Amino acid sequence: MINHRLVIIGGGSAGMAAAIKAYELGVRDILIIEKNAYLGGILNQCIHNGFGLHEFKEELTGPEFMTRFSKKVDELGISYALESNVLSISDDKVVTYSNAKDGLVEVKAEAIILTTGCYERNAGAIQIPGDRPSGIYTAGQAQLFANCYGYLVGKRVFILGSGDIGLIMARRMTLEGAKVLGVAELMPYSAGLNRNIVQCLKDYNIPLYLSHTVKKVTGESHLEKVTIAKVDEKMQFIEGTEIDFECDCLLLSVGLLPNVDLFNKLPLSLSKTRGAKVNQAMETEIPGIFSAGNVLHVHDLVDYVVEEAREAAVGAISYLNGELKHTGHIYDVNPGIGINYVVPQKVFLDDVKDSLSFKFRVAKPMKDINILITEGNNIIKKIFKPAIVPSEMEIVHLSKDLFKKESNEIKVYVEEKK
Amino acid sequence: MKELICITCPRGCHLSVDDNLNVTGNFCPRGAMYAKAELTHPVRMVTSTVAIASISECRLPVKTKEPVPKELIFPVMDEIRKTVVKVPVKIGDVVIKNVCGSGVDVISTKEIKE
Ligand SMILES: Cc1cc2nc3c(=O)[nH]c(=O)nc-3n(C[C@H](O)[C@H](O)[C@H](O)COP(=O)(O)OP(=O)(O)OC[C@H]3O[C@@H](n4cnc5c(N)ncnc54)[C@H](O)[C@@H]3O)c2cc1C
Ligand code: SF4
Repeated sequence: MINHRLVIIGGGSAGMAAAIKAYELGVRDILIIEKNAYLGGILNQCIHNGFGLHEFKEELTGPEFMTRFSKKVDELGISYALESNVLSISDDKVVTYSNAKDGLVEVKAEAIILTTGCYERNAGAIQIPGDRPSGIYTAGQAQLFANCYGYLVGKRVFILGSGDIGLIMARRMTLEGAKVLGVAELMPYSAGLNRNIVQCLKDYNIPLYLSHTVKKVTGESHLEKVTIAKVDEKMQFIEGTEIDFECDCLLLSVGLLPNVDLFNKLPLSLSKTRGAKVNQAMETEIPGIFSAGNVLHVHDLVDYVVEEAREAAVGAISYLNGELKHTGHIYDVNPGIGINYVVPQKVFLDDVKDSLSFKFRVAKPMKDINILITEGNNIIKKIFKPAIVPSEMEIVHLSKDLFKKESNEIKVYVEEKK
Repeated sequence: MKELICITCPRGCHLSVDDNLNVTGNFCPRGAMYAKAELTHPVRMVTSTVAIASISECRLPVKTKEPVPKELIFPVMDEIRKTVVKVPVKIGDVVIKNVCGSGVDVISTKEIKE
């Protein structure tokens, strides 16, 4: 068995950012394990621009953004194993991976950071009624084919779901020569970022059908027709609102789920994000096992992914130095009215250095609201927001001295103006 | 008064622009610049991929170095589609010079060794 102080599973932006931060904090014995033949993760296929505005104060494409990190990893001489698929993690931190050259390899780690990203919900997961023809792909699969291999998966395309990847693929397919007939979204508002609605749909006159979903797909062997219809508040189809689209391709952009498979056999619990429950150090319920990036909760901005990964690296180093005591005053952090989830779910106040951050998403679009953060009955922070949407993660930094140790519950909720 | 959504960054600020091109609702100065440009001469970044001579089933991602006039998006795409590059290529290497006479180069956004 090989030993390493810190093992990072997944070499996407989160994994690389965590490794670099850990190196900067003095740990040299780091191994990144990545199943693909290259570092960078999902950003390899995200060739559009819009990355890095916070991190580098300029707008980069996905490949440019990730190259800055992979170059740094190489420069620092941090080791990584490519084409190496991690098969399991044990609760005493033995990581097992396999690759063609070495076969099965066991690595004993002192600390682990899981940064395995997320995966897309597919046709099976959402149970589309009708035939089962070919021509139905997830938006991410279509993106991989178009941007990495140069194939268009269809010529007349309909898109279900207004998640960012779907919107970005609406533009991509249009630019590369396909006709995109429309995008249907079940909810009365878009699941994607505003800017993507403007520059991916409006720029190309692609209609967005809100409160609509696919009622039926038709096609014997290959997709021939998609029928959408409007839904009411109870998500029931409204008769007579059907619209038919003759198309050879249906792209699904119906949500991303944290890729937590490796956590399934471990004695730790998951949160509402479907990622692991973590404390303020991004540490799971197993001391020394950390998690960050899309595997913890799905992010819209890679800048926040790398920020979170650095928090996890700081946490892992504190753990390795014996500084995470898990004693003293403990808070449970819960989402209140109007909030879908909050990360982290637990805070060990004595382990907090100077400040900590809460990340959350609201349940629906709202205007002119206050975000309240309470400790028991005391409001410790009130933030006015002129506009807030579920598609954008919110982040609030709080200094440690705001916490008074008078209760064991922190709540984040929305106060709507009457 | 015109309402716009700033697309310069993912924040997506809601901007209002009056007849004298005074902008409100922008979180940062880039929003005001965007609104003025959008109402006078809209521009967009174009990203895509080009073929690589020696490697099939592998594309080189590219972008316009600066945003180009919106009406040039499809002409730029036509040029990009005709282009085949040789590797090795580095980030920032010019793939098409002065594309469609726009004064803007199309450049590589990835390093490909061979
Ligand atoms: C299509 C799309 C468009 C986006 N657009 C933008 C944008 O415009 N602007 C922006 O700021 N952000 C955008 N984002 C968000 C942001 O880029 C991502 O959230 C971020 O890159 C995720 O980083 P990650 O490291 O958490 O995950 P990933 O990049 O997915 O990395 C996870 C890595 O783990 C590896 N892995 C998984 N399982 C295993 C295993 N068992 N063993 C070994 N390795 C494993 C994977 O191969 C992968 O390399 C976009 C995301 C997507 C998907
Ligand atoms: S105004 Fe500034 S912060 Fe707001 S969307 Fe535009 S660039 Fe982003």
